[in-house]
Amino acid sequence: MATLLRSTDAASPPVVAIAGASKTWRGGTRALEPVDLVVRAGEFMTLLGPSGCGKSTLLNLVAGLAPPTTGSLSWWGGGFDATGGAGRRLAFVFQAPTLMPWARVDANVRLPLDLAGVPRARAAAEVDAALALVGLRDFARHFPRELSGGMQMRASIARALVTAPDLLLMDEPFGALDEFTRQRLDGELAALWMKRDLTIVFVTHSIHEAVFLSTRVVVMGPRPGRLIGEVEIDEPHPRGDAFRLTTRFAAHAQRLSALVAQACGGTVPLNGSPDEEEP
Amino acid sequence: MSRFERKAADRWRYAAPVIVAIAMLALWQALTVAYDVPVYLVPSPLVVATTLVTDWGLLVASLGVTVSIALYALAIAVALGVAISLVFVQSRWIETAFTPYVVLLQVTPIVAIAPLIIIWVKDMRVALVLCATVVAIFPIISNTTLGLRSVDPGLLALFRMSRASRWQELTRLRIPSALPHFFGGLRIASGLALIGAVVAEFVAGTGGAGAGLAYQILIAGIQLNVPRLFAALVLIAATGVGLFGASVLAARLALRRWHESERPGPD
Repeated sequence: MATLLRSTDAASPPVVAIAGASKTWRGGTRALEPVDLVVRAGEFMTLLGPSGCGKSTLLNLVAGLAPPTTGSLSWWGGGFDATGGAGRRLAFVFQAPTLMPWARVDANVRLPLDLAGVPRARAAAEVDAALALVGLRDFARHFPRELSGGMQMRASIARALVTAPDLLLMDEPFGALDEFTRQRLDGELAALWMKRDLTIVFVTHSIHEAVFLSTRVVVMGPRPGRLIGEVEIDEPHPRGDAFRLTTRFAAHAQRLSALVAQACGGTVPLNGSPDEEEP
Repeated sequence: MSRFERKAADRWRYAAPVIVAIAMLALWQALTVAYDVPVYLVPSPLVVATTLVTDWGLLVASLGVTVSIALYALAIAVALGVAISLVFVQSRWIETAFTPYVVLLQVTPIVAIAPLIIIWVKDMRVALVLCATVVAIFPIISNTTLGLRSVDPGLLALFRMSRASRWQELTRLRIPSALPHFFGGLRIASGLALIGAVVAEFVAGTGGAGAGLAYQILIAGIQLNVPRLFAALVLIAATGVGLFGASVLAARLALRRWHESERPGPD
């Protein structure tokens, strides 16, 4: 089995640098306390926390969907316009598949290319490649409603990958799926991340999903949303389903759940670090 | 439910209304015969059917006039209504400023406006089409505007993130999203166009070569020619059902592949 530790090179320029960014809604509700955070090239960063901890808000700031109330963000050392440059694209996967119900799967996946004015002939090859990547090639001519929830989510991921983005933002993409489908898609996503040299910022409230996928987990706490701490998951990829059953997996999960409990004002009796648990 | 049972249920869905119709007609025929009801009060179904045949030339010419008015009105209502909706969704400001006047046009009964339109517009056919258009346009405007605004917020965010132009957002997102709502409006408007045409003809009361079905009903009423009145009524009702059916069919052809409203139901 390959033991690969993806280099999350601290020396390379940050993909996204968040400097004191906060968000207050128009009504005066503080959604996010000022945050300092750097997304490094090649990392799989997960924002973990309970509902109302501002993780989706933070992701929306990174996506440029909303401006921060205070502070600033930079993408590849520049403004948000830097995300429009060739080969430096940013893609977003929503909680729901958000496919166009009137368009077939291939037309849905082609959408970002169409909007960018890529000629049909060239786009067709890229759509085919993206569909092959998520195993949906045989369903290109289906309508979204003819697919299962998991397949719709895969189509949504194919649409995000079709522009070959450098940064993929995912807002609880598998939250609505059953546990089995979710675990399978987690495995596929980790493989895609390795294969495509992606940088991923992933939002979830599942501790196990965070441990399985991430190179780094940033724990957030609620009311008001803020950063609590972060944990490096320095385990080699690919991790495989067997990793879920190891004591190291359990130890990481325990550390994270202690942090989450602390964020919510409670305490947990169990403590442990992966190094101590190792036989 | 098994396939056989579903087929049987399907057959029953079509058979049930037909059985009711046959029973009602038989009862109607029996009662008029049994109580010897004079033909100028309630003609029997057979007498109505006979009149439909004997007066066919006269009635079908009038039917043509009424149907053409209704169809012109429906076409104009669709074209103009969709155009107005497209302008409305360009800015909330425009919509806020003009919606009260669209509502005003809708809530004022057509019989009250029709005399004015007939006085102002020289050509009677044009005046009648205009009246029917006024009646039919409201559901097109309100439904299409609602549809153009009812866009999946996730898809809208995706379009904005991809820097889609306003034109791309309109043609690739808003217009397809609006289709189910538009067809709902069309279904209502198709019936209203016919009602508008008939009401306007009543108000105008024009006879001669351009006489529509409403005029035939009016004259038949005055002459106590109740069988012909019934025959004209049957034709108007059939036309209304036809228009409704056509708009349902149009919606099915456009939406059946993807929209919930056209999905075969469980029963």
